[in-house]
Amino acid sequence: MNFVFGFLIITGIIVSMLTGNVDAVTNAAISSARSAVERAASLVGIFALWLGVAKVAEDSGFLRIITRILEPFVRFLFPSIPKGHPAMGSILMNFSANLFGFGSAATPFGLKAMKELQQLNRKKEEASEAMCTFLAINVSSITFLPTTIIALRMEAGSANPMEIVGTTLFATSVSTLTAVLADYVFRIINRGRI
Amino acid sequence: MLIKIFAAVSLWLIPSFLLLVFLYSAASGIKIFDSFVEGAKEGFWLALRIMPYIVGIYLAIGIFRASGTMDLLAEILKPILKISGVPTEVLPLFIVKPLSGPASLGLTADLIERYGPDSFVGRLASTLYGSSDTTLYILTIYFASVGVKRARYSLPVGLMSDAAGFCAAVYICNHVFN
Repeated sequence: MNFVFGFLIITGIIVSMLTGNVDAVTNAAISSARSAVERAASLVGIFALWLGVAKVAEDSGFLRIITRILEPFVRFLFPSIPKGHPAMGSILMNFSANLFGFGSAATPFGLKAMKELQQLNRKKEEASEAMCTFLAINVSSITFLPTTIIALRMEAGSANPMEIVGTTLFATSVSTLTAVLADYVFRIINRGRI
Repeated sequence: MLIKIFAAVSLWLIPSFLLLVFLYSAASGIKIFDSFVEGAKEGFWLALRIMPYIVGIYLAIGIFRASGTMDLLAEILKPILKISGVPTEVLPLFIVKPLSGPASLGLTADLIERYGPDSFVGRLASTLYGSSDTTLYILTIYFASVGVKRARYSLPVGLMSDAAGFCAAVYICNHVFN
């Protein structure tokens, strides 16, 4: 991330100087810093909402029931998580939110899952195997219903806003499958090295 | 027909889920308001903790786009894409997608608007948007939130899956819509 951060900013500023577009950088720097905080502020409410609901579901035992029902489907991906550990519940909530295209709920559940995975992690500054697998699946985006895009297409007056559901499902399946396989291969290679 | 089902599902899903959670929890006898507030508190601090990271990412992507570097990069990569038959209009989307959700959503909306939702570019952009997630953003925020400093092989895995998703989206759209 340090490399990406440096690359984007440094090349950005140099290019703007060469093309005589310097004032755009100043404006962009200030306006993006402001919009980042606005975005984060709106996340405060959303995070509070979903983690509040998650806590209610956790305390009442509702989450435990859901976890028990759905756990078998993802069990094989996370051999290092003990059965019935709360991390599994958060992972399942995150996957479900992603599947139905509710990204706003996916992030708080995902961060909660990371916190619980960190409790199981022996080297606190290093990503655990379960974290790597969880993030591999997360960044490859598992979507049944790309709700945001369908809404966008409807708004733009598409004759058939749903026609991209199939193609999206195909593309996202390929990317998720690649992620799971790559994660598996890397995990084995890494173990061999220790 | 499908649209009606879709609209109904997306309309009813969250309210039904919330009803189920609160109904079950109220019946189980726990203090639901106290539990909610306790969880909400956790969410509040979590969002504050990731704020500096969001500022950093937004700053980098903001400068990169506004300076015209992204367009320049897209211009350089164009010849390569031409050979493989990918419309060059979607290239900025591919570059921005791993970094910023709102920025890539903006670009997708822009492409759909400009070329029409039922054009090839519009369909490809729609598919691309759902084919992968904001890899770098997610890795940064998720690891930062728990203090993990070494991401190990997460980045190559994420970028590989992004690339695979991009190729798959281009392939399937060429196959289905052309």
